[in-house]
Amino acid sequence: MKTNSRLERILESGGFVVTSECGPPRGADGEVVRRKGELLRGVVDGVNVTDNQTSVVRMSSLAACVLLKGMGLEPILQMVCRDRNRIALQSDILGAAALGISNVLCLSGDHQKFGDHPQGKNVYDLDSVQLLGMVCRMRDEGKFLGGDEIKGRPVLFAGAAENPFADPFEIRAARLGKKVKAGCAFIQTQCIYNVDKFVRWMEMVRDRGLHERCAILAGVTPMKSAGMANYMKKNVPGMDVPEELIERMKGTPKEKQAEEGIKICVETIERLKEVPGVRGIHVMAIEWEEKVAEIVKAAGLLPRPEV
Amino acid sequence: MIVANRKSLEEILGMLGSCRKVLLLGCNECVTVCGSGGEREVAVLASELRLCAQKEGKEIEIREQTLERQCDYEYIDQVRSFAGDYEVILSMACGAGVQYVADTYRTKLVVPALDTTFIGVTLEQGVWSERCQGCGTCILDMTGGVCPIARCAKSLLNGPCGGSSGGKCEVDRETDCGWQLIIDRLQALGQMDRYEEIIPVKDWRSGRDGGPRRRVREDLKL
Amino acid sequence: MRLSYPSSVKVVKVPCTGRVDVMLILRAFESGVDGVYIAGCMEGECHFLRGNLRARRRVEYAKVLLDEVGLGSGRLEMFNMSASQGQRFAEVAREMTERVRALGPSPARRSLVKGEPG
Repeated sequence: MKTNSRLERILESGGFVVTSECGPPRGADGEVVRRKGELLRGVVDGVNVTDNQTSVVRMSSLAACVLLKGMGLEPILQMVCRDRNRIALQSDILGAAALGISNVLCLSGDHQKFGDHPQGKNVYDLDSVQLLGMVCRMRDEGKFLGGDEIKGRPVLFAGAAENPFADPFEIRAARLGKKVKAGCAFIQTQCIYNVDKFVRWMEMVRDRGLHERCAILAGVTPMKSAGMANYMKKNVPGMDVPEELIERMKGTPKEKQAEEGIKICVETIERLKEVPGVRGIHVMAIEWEEKVAEIVKAAGLLPRPEV
Repeated sequence: MIVANRKSLEEILGMLGSCRKVLLLGCNECVTVCGSGGEREVAVLASELRLCAQKEGKEIEIREQTLERQCDYEYIDQVRSFAGDYEVILSMACGAGVQYVADTYRTKLVVPALDTTFIGVTLEQGVWSERCQGCGTCILDMTGGVCPIARCAKSLLNGPCGGSSGGKCEVDRETDCGWQLIIDRLQALGQMDRYEEIIPVKDWRSGRDGGPRRRVREDLKL
Repeated sequence: MRLSYPSSVKVVKVPCTGRVDVMLILRAFESGVDGVYIAGCMEGECHFLRGNLRARRRVEYAKVLLDEVGLGSGRLEMFNMSASQGQRFAEVAREMTERVRALGPSPARRSLVKGEPG
């Protein structure tokens, strides 16, 4: 099914995709979104807009997507299953399509205990696999989950996330298989520091032929400091930061650590580009969006193609 | 069994207010097994209430009575002859029992001594763990005998999520990842092909979301 | 050994401290005592294997309850000693008596028998 997605167009033409992220603000100021968007103009093919990431209340993903679209960027709407039931999810999918959004990323969503409202009730009416299936069915069959016909099908390019470093490792490719079966066309991975482990995961993925049905975009995040590297290793679940990277950051004088972090990021991208089956890069420079252009350029990925 | 925690003494004293005559009702079933509201816990709570009263130089009369259970009328009825002598009934049963007692003694103040939490099992003496959410549509045959609704923090039917680490859940390093347990079991049973199948969206109507539930067996009605 | 220990200490003999449960302790306080202590065998030397370990756990729980009701966990303690340690027995009796004296009479005594010597 052809959508209006720029990502789909680039992938169909055999190109290498670059995406990044924009976290909406903790307030109603749309300018924050526009400023972040401006930093990514001409640098990436698509911008993920997170959905109350880590269960912290932020401006809605859909609203921020519309702001970015208004600036001529290509937003990727993230939808988590934590906060909305199937009625609200389908409703937002229709709304997103009506507002010209072409990409949706289907996620389960971090548990609310991590955020600023741990007392809240969680929904999880669907999980990410079921959400993918629902999005694709709405688009391809023109049917709501309940079976009724949709007048005016939402046409969205559907993607998901996968974490090659989460446990249990052996089933991570099988889980991706379920998402692909449900209709997933692209996935973005958790940020990669342990390239060797990622390569092993890609082997499992290729063994199942999943890389041919689904575009794998490898995630990277530049480290700002040795402290950040250490924090991620210890405190973030499903994150694999090899000891040698921590040592490398620690061994660098404090003023040069940010620069070293960017260097490591670019080196990682160079290695990832060579991994068969990797169709793109997803740069997550959280609260460091100004560095994305520099990273993408240094990795030899500019200019972005005209499609 | 149904598992519950005893409320704090402070909260219980708050609920009793100025009541001086208390009928303290324990329950001999679930809450006995999980050490919250059985005969012993009734004795301890009564003792605590008396000590508090003694401290303040106040009088308190507590009748300790542990019923077989409080979710069946015939047992609650056993206290009918003297319930009227007390100002308040402090029930140490689960929420179901407390409500049934309140329903039976409509003009009496009935307050809960426990916070009812979950349906679970005894892992070892002194440790109880959640197992079932009463969703009304059991799929334990599909998941190697481990429930994804109750044991996965996100109730995912196609888990695990990306936060599963070392067999533990992202929500709490002490909590097992439900999906890790399912996968381990499916592997042990040689049923990993089941993992490849997508479990479709759940019909939550059979659970709490469908509204308060009831069960009827016509053949058992008198 | 004929060592002396304070006369305010009343000894209650049990075959093993494992016999002591929470209610035994609470009933003692209800009846108006100012302090309770449990003297059990050295850990690892319980004649009945683990009775003194169970007693330790119950004493810890009862301490929480005593704090909860406002009598204070300081009024309850468990000590370990071997049966031959007469000196230690007397020492502990004195130590606990001092401790409880410093805490004053149990607040739960207020509504009980009036005029009893301290």
